[in-house]
Amino acid sequence: MDESIYLDEARDPLIIAEGWMKDGKDVAIATVVETWGSAPRPVGSHLVIDAEGNFHGSVSGGCVEGAVVTEAIDVIGSGKARMLEFGVADETAWQVGLSCGGRIKVYVERLG
Amino acid sequence: MDPYVLKTLNEERRARRAAVLVTDLGDGRDRVVREGDHVAGDLGAAIARAFRTGNSASVEAEGRTFFLNAHLPRPRLVVIGAVHISQALAPMARIAGYPVEIIDPRTAFATPERFPDVALHAEWPQDVLQREPLDSYTALAAVTHDPKIDDLALKAALDARCFYVGALGSRKTHAKRVERLLALGASADQIARIHAPIGLDIGAASPAEIAVAVLAQTIHAFRSRGLESKGAAA
Repeated sequence: MDESIYLDEARDPLIIAEGWMKDGKDVAIATVVETWGSAPRPVGSHLVIDAEGNFHGSVSGGCVEGAVVTEAIDVIGSGKARMLEFGVADETAWQVGLSCGGRIKVYVERLG
Repeated sequence: MDPYVLKTLNEERRARRAAVLVTDLGDGRDRVVREGDHVAGDLGAAIARAFRTGNSASVEAEGRTFFLNAHLPRPRLVVIGAVHISQALAPMARIAGYPVEIIDPRTAFATPERFPDVALHAEWPQDVLQREPLDSYTALAAVTHDPKIDDLALKAALDARCFYVGALGSRKTHAKRVERLLALGASADQIARIHAPIGLDIGAASPAEIAVAVLAQTIHAFRSRGLESKGAAA
């Protein structure tokens, strides 16, 4: 149980994204905006990604982070936000899926 | 996301102030809404709900789809008094999601043996609260029965607009306390926010039952916060 009443600055994705921005890095922010069924991370969870593919945070507890990072690097390049949807692996067009059987929608946008 | 929006949002989060990040999923435009900011219509109602529940969600409003990401500070409970009630209240409140800190300058009461795994300060409340100020996402329960220990902490809780302020003691005890708080400069409106006698009326008799009553009242105060002030303003 996380009991700190203050932000964990070393691990908080949005704090890290701000730090990267100050360091002059290009950054994308991915956010879980909808979940159906059993989803590993709640709505509002973040994964932040830089142009080199470094990332912090989580949108699925590890199931789809790889795919989100790949998309995020494209989004950093194009500046155009994308909505990604992940479900059970064999029911979607995506190469990856959620083994828990849930579905999630992830919004990926560039910072700035 | 707009860099200035991210910076603003993080400032609010660092300061333990609630904020909702509103993102238009159609065009990507975003903004930070603070608690108490006026937003009209269906979107405003959804934002108010996000502040109250702390739940993030996608909503349809004005023919557009918005994502509301609710960033609420973690609520906490400060207990003045390392007494029997606090021994029961600390673990129960922690399980319910309200981390507890206990303050009591009486070193015979505030011992780690009596309070394992609890943030415990064997100091005067005013000293601890100077280091770790109270805020509107903090609840304060004063349960020592000793005005020397309770009163200044209660005044500080009222000034910091703690979402819950409770004080142990009978109506007669509280009437005397009201006089003392007025003398300390608290207003009658502020003092009216104090829950005394403390706890929901569930007929609690034992210290552990009183702890349940205090915790239930704290949760009720947290989940109905904002509604009360709107009622008062009308």
